[in-house]
Amino acid sequence: MTKLEGPDPLGPLAAEVPDLAVAAIAETEAPDAPEPKVETLRDYLRVVYLRIRSGDTGVLPVVAGLLLISVLFQSLNANFLSAGNLVNLLIQGAVYMLLAMGEVFPLLLGEIDLSIGFVSGIGGIVTAELLKQSYGWPWWAAILAALIACAGIGLLQGTIITRLGLPSFVVTLAGLLGWQGVMLLMLGQGGTQPINDNVVNDLASGTLTPAASWIVMILIVAAAGARTWLAESRRRATGLVAPPASLTLLKIAAMGAAGVAFVLICNTDRGRLLPIKGVPWVVLIVLGVLAAWTFLLRRTKFGRYVYAIGGNAEAARRAGINLSRIRTLGFMLASFTAGIAGIIYASRLRSVSTALDGGTLVLYAVAAAVIGGTSLFGGRGKAMHAVLGGIVIAAIDNGMGLQGYSAAAKYVVTALVLLTAVTIDAVARRNATR
Amino acid sequence: MSTEVAPIEAEPRSSAEASGAATGEPLLRLRGLSKSFGAVHALVDINLDVPAGQVTALAGDNGAGKSVLIKCISGIHSPDSGEIQWEGKPVHIRSPREAAALGIETVHQDLALCDNLDIVQNMFLGRERVRHLTLAEEEMETAAGQTLSSLAVTTVRSVRQLVASLSGGQRQSVAIAKAVLWNSRLVIMDEPTAALGVAQTAMVLTLVRRLADRGLAVLLVSHNMNDVFEVADRVAVLRLGHLVAVERAADIDAQVVVDLMTTGTSTRATQPKPAEPRTADDQA
Ligand SMILES: Nc1ncnc2c1ncn2[C@@H]1O[C@H](COP(=O)(O)OP(=O)(O)O)[C@@H](O)[C@H]1O
Ligand SMILES: [Mg+2]
Repeated sequence: MTKLEGPDPLGPLAAEVPDLAVAAIAETEAPDAPEPKVETLRDYLRVVYLRIRSGDTGVLPVVAGLLLISVLFQSLNANFLSAGNLVNLLIQGAVYMLLAMGEVFPLLLGEIDLSIGFVSGIGGIVTAELLKQSYGWPWWAAILAALIACAGIGLLQGTIITRLGLPSFVVTLAGLLGWQGVMLLMLGQGGTQPINDNVVNDLASGTLTPAASWIVMILIVAAAGARTWLAESRRRATGLVAPPASLTLLKIAAMGAAGVAFVLICNTDRGRLLPIKGVPWVVLIVLGVLAAWTFLLRRTKFGRYVYAIGGNAEAARRAGINLSRIRTLGFMLASFTAGIAGIIYASRLRSVSTALDGGTLVLYAVAAAVIGGTSLFGGRGKAMHAVLGGIVIAAIDNGMGLQGYSAAAKYVVTALVLLTAVTIDAVARRNATR
Repeated sequence: MSTEVAPIEAEPRSSAEASGAATGEPLLRLRGLSKSFGAVHALVDINLDVPAGQVTALAGDNGAGKSVLIKCISGIHSPDSGEIQWEGKPVHIRSPREAAALGIETVHQDLALCDNLDIVQNMFLGRERVRHLTLAEEEMETAAGQTLSSLAVTTVRSVRQLVASLSGGQRQSVAIAKAVLWNSRLVIMDEPTAALGVAQTAMVLTLVRRLADRGLAVLLVSHNMNDVFEVADRVAVLRLGHLVAVERAADIDAQVVVDLMTTGTSTRATQPKPAEPRTADDQA
């Protein structure tokens, strides 16, 4: 979950890396070990450094940006970093984070999906419709049906894009218009579909009890810690470049500390009239999607092929990868994730209405993914970027809101942050392919 | 006028003698291979042997048909007529997959590497090893590292480095190592040193030599005479779709090959070439 990527301590190391030692070819008889057993912190950091230098800046810029924003807003308003506001900010940003996690798939493929804003609206409205008295579906069945509908929309759009060879920009632009029409049609005369189901309404606004919050946090940290420990000790055992055990333990300790800090913040009473405590459900949903998509992108063939296609589609084709299938699946996952976002959106408002602006939502989703570090040029990005970018957007919105700035000012600042992010991406790419 | 061996057929002298004391069948044998694109006769009646353990250079001017020839072998084009024999048996190679199944790997002129992936990910692309539905990263990293070090590609700092950060020569090395990883028997390379500097060319040529010394058959496309004479055991010269000569590298020199490439004959040759019967499509 947490990948330690230290930028600054590596500065001095840069000078020690020999530059282009190409001519040096040593005759060696095929040795058993591919690389010397390197377990020193130095070797590990060198590998991390090389990756960053080759354009894989990862989450460094956005984390730095987030720190900057926090310091800035906190100095303007002491309430910004208060427990209550931080949790609110996460809840406000959840829809952006989820939508952006969906958008990461098309972006990685070097494509774009403009439709997912209104597809999320379809997800919300299908849920709301099926929960109506007249249908009376149980909450889980309504959610399942909505998600399947959204995945189906993605499958349809992806199939059109890949089979007919049309640009994704145009096909999903048609989707943006078309699904908005379908949404308006489904909402009909009244223009609003309320949701009365408690479970669905609690998805966005409900919280775990403080005790349950602790238990869940401990379970998550234990699972993530065990995974990290097993993976890194396996690398050490096979003699591959790996962080030393002490660093692995440090990582796990950091995860634990972050978990404790997070639960302490969430368990602080943030209610105005009634006490509200505990980790919000929606945080767990975001974490769940983040874990699932991170696993899919990093640990499976599908994920590897998504990156390969975004990096060099011709190379992927020659490697025997079925481009159409991977691309279609990517659009399907984008719409499916949008469905989750739409249900959270509906849950927060306890209704779906014609006020849902899918156009703005999708543009914020693209912005969040890019601000988080996902490249618009394809092949670079992570689900984590979407979450961090979503937090940045929510923080700007929330922080400027606290200061009483107008919507106009918020848009301008978000635009500047987006431009900065794209510039960092472009510069990183240029340096990498020098 | 040195070694006189009776040419098989009236065509360019067979490579059987050039492959030295070859016992039995060469790994790959082309018999009367032809390929046309409409009115363009890209390949005309090609007879060529590619033996294991040797570097066979394929020289020829631009448009001579070098790329078309290797595409016929690697399954991208299907020849119009003629036969491809693999270990003495006729085969039909209909796709790169089928070529790979036989043990034929091609390093294309434009490198098929993904800049955004690291060396290990590139070497295993499309053929990842999987355990319990997840990628077996350690296993692949170990195998990739072993292949690279067995080829003495020691200049890359880490196999987890992104390909974007590699030099041209290092990329070419990765592309070649990728071909070796799959227990290939024949590695075809299209202009592997084009666009490389002196040191990097030397590095890649050393690697090419090493493949042949390991017992692989190597078919090296090049029009750089220095490269050809540095690594090749045998030189085949294509001109306007015709194979005009197949010689032992030791028997000829760069000037002869240049003559053959440009005119189809060489007066400087240690042995005179029989004048090729020119055909109608040979002008231009
Ligand atoms: N796909 C194709 N369609 C039509 N003509 C082709 C095709 N590929 C190659 N040719 C023609 O065949 C001839 C040989 O080309 P090629 O093998 O690429 O030359 P080179 O020896 O420079 O690699 C050229 O005249 C070229 O125009
Ligand atoms: Mg060519």
